[in-house]
Amino acid sequence: MRLEEHPVIDFTRKRGKKVTIYFEGKPIEAYEGEPIAEALHAAGVRVLNFTPKGRPRGLFCAIGKCSSCLMKVNGIPNVRTCITLVEDGMKVERQHGLEPLPRDYKPPKWKDAEKIEADIIIIGGGPAGLMAGVKAAEHGAKVALLDENPILGGQLVKQTHKFFGKREQFAGVRGVKIAEIIAEEAKKKGVDIHLETSAIGIFPNGEGKLVTAVKKNKKLMEFYGKAVIVATGAMEKMIPFENNDLPGVYGAGAIQTLMNTYGIQPGKRVLIVGAGNVGVILAYQLLQAGVEVVAVVEAMPKVGAYFVHAAKIRRLGIPIYTRHTILKAEGKEKVERAVIAQLDDNWKPIPGTEKSYDVDIIALAVGLRPSIELLHQAGAQAIYVRELSGYVVRHDDRLETTIRGIFVAGDSSGIEEATTAMLEGKLAGIAAALFVGKANVKNAMEEMEKVRKDLDEFRSGPFGQRTRIGEEKVMIK
Amino acid sequence: MNDEYLSRGYLTIDEIKEITELPSEERLKKKPVAVPECPQEIPCTPCSEICPVGAISMPTPNDRPIVDYDKCIGCSLCVQICPGLAFFMVHYKGEKARITMPHELLPVPKRGDEVILLNRKGEEIGTGKVVLVIPRDKSVGDTPVLTVEVPIELAWEARAVRVKEARE
Repeated sequence: MRLEEHPVIDFTRKRGKKVTIYFEGKPIEAYEGEPIAEALHAAGVRVLNFTPKGRPRGLFCAIGKCSSCLMKVNGIPNVRTCITLVEDGMKVERQHGLEPLPRDYKPPKWKDAEKIEADIIIIGGGPAGLMAGVKAAEHGAKVALLDENPILGGQLVKQTHKFFGKREQFAGVRGVKIAEIIAEEAKKKGVDIHLETSAIGIFPNGEGKLVTAVKKNKKLMEFYGKAVIVATGAMEKMIPFENNDLPGVYGAGAIQTLMNTYGIQPGKRVLIVGAGNVGVILAYQLLQAGVEVVAVVEAMPKVGAYFVHAAKIRRLGIPIYTRHTILKAEGKEKVERAVIAQLDDNWKPIPGTEKSYDVDIIALAVGLRPSIELLHQAGAQAIYVRELSGYVVRHDDRLETTIRGIFVAGDSSGIEEATTAMLEGKLAGIAAALFVGKANVKNAMEEMEKVRKDLDEFRSGPFGQRTRIGEEKVMIK
Repeated sequence: MNDEYLSRGYLTIDEIKEITELPSEERLKKKPVAVPECPQEIPCTPCSEICPVGAISMPTPNDRPIVDYDKCIGCSLCVQICPGLAFFMVHYKGEKARITMPHELLPVPKRGDEVILLNRKGEEIGTGKVVLVIPRDKSVGDTPVLTVEVPIELAWEARAVRVKEARE
């Protein structure tokens, strides 16, 4: 089902031309500009593939990071259907375990790869990457930016709530709008943007760097630059419970992608696991999309979110059960029920407190972890920092990693929020422009100092404490 | 204030009084006055930045907003812009009170509509009448804002509405 009306988003204006795709031979209506898995979801398809052991799988992250949505598209297996756009006449089939490429398939060759040259290559077009692009270009560098998603803005494109911070940092503006503003700014500043392009490796290349990539699942590309900024964001965490792989157990972000980016109703009744910012904001957004939220459960004794976001859903009648967790999902091929229970002081479920809800979606909002795969492959030193929610790379006060010329910004440098991701993007962008010898040293140093001050100010309150501790651990002095 | 409100997800009126002094009855009768329900030190400043008369003090971005009720002119810009939807206005008018609140749900009620009043924990506590609607395109914060007339005894309880036709 598609959403036609929404209190703060206008979908009908955004939808592209109608096209037809074929799912297991059956025609399905879709819109140009939307990915395959999302179009299938709108048509009621929840099971996208079966594991080698035959368990059904559906969407989970919806941003190309988890491989839960792999399907066969026009005969080619292992296509990430959540970020691959529909094309008229496309044939889509459920994949059963590991399937081979068709015999007559000719893979592309590296010698034919398209070559792009710039001073700075930015991987990731979210708040950090875009801001890095804007700033690096402003300081005189030639910038190329690649992102594997079909739209710019990263996770901002699904954030319909207004942001905190100062007004010069877009406070009071909805995330979706911020995405439009900074994407426009990056284009205006001449950043060379490549969407639907996945970076697959970062390599030394003489004095510079080479980033290898694949465009639209088939075309090979090489990006040559003197510096690289990695702003690859984060991915959702999973928690263990019975049947947590059942289609309908979605990452919170996937539900936001469906309803806020593509205007697709994610389900009818939802249980949310996790009362951090993501969980309670998701609950509010579901209400706005006309979806019933039966409850938000949180294992901790307190709501982890900013209180005001929790208050928004409480006054509209959504219960938050702290000290509760999910025990299991139930259903045949897709979620039909969720069972929750209260936890005792040793985090053990208390027998007799189980409650069962008829829901078709279980939303997991149990945290994010930084996406550092490319940094790791490139050899940057990584350490585990609990306060930053996972393995992160060490960096200096210009966000340069242990590999000279490779910078990091945004959630891939530690989980925080979009406002700080934009500030880190600014910092990395200016620092990289300085590194490649394009920036005016005095101007660059002054602006970096201001950005550092803004970051310190934002992080100076009680909510910034975790980040402050985390930063202390990763910082190279 | 202890942080028990964080296990509940809502504030009681006594807790609100602990974070911010409430306006005097005399002030409440004069004209609308903005009252924030923003208990945590969070990095957020739009309310104090947008206030046209400098009535909202916030020495650093992580400080809680404190409204100078004598300076406040009741313009509702803070209600419109607040990213946490945590600002409300209260105005006593005879036997009734007028509550100004954000409303980001469909349908947006019309002036004159009777609506169900909800308290901070989402319980239905009575009915009120919509007396003013600032639609989304007229709101500086992209958030529709309603002013709802409620029985005066619900002035410090009613903080959201449910539009009657939206009920199943």
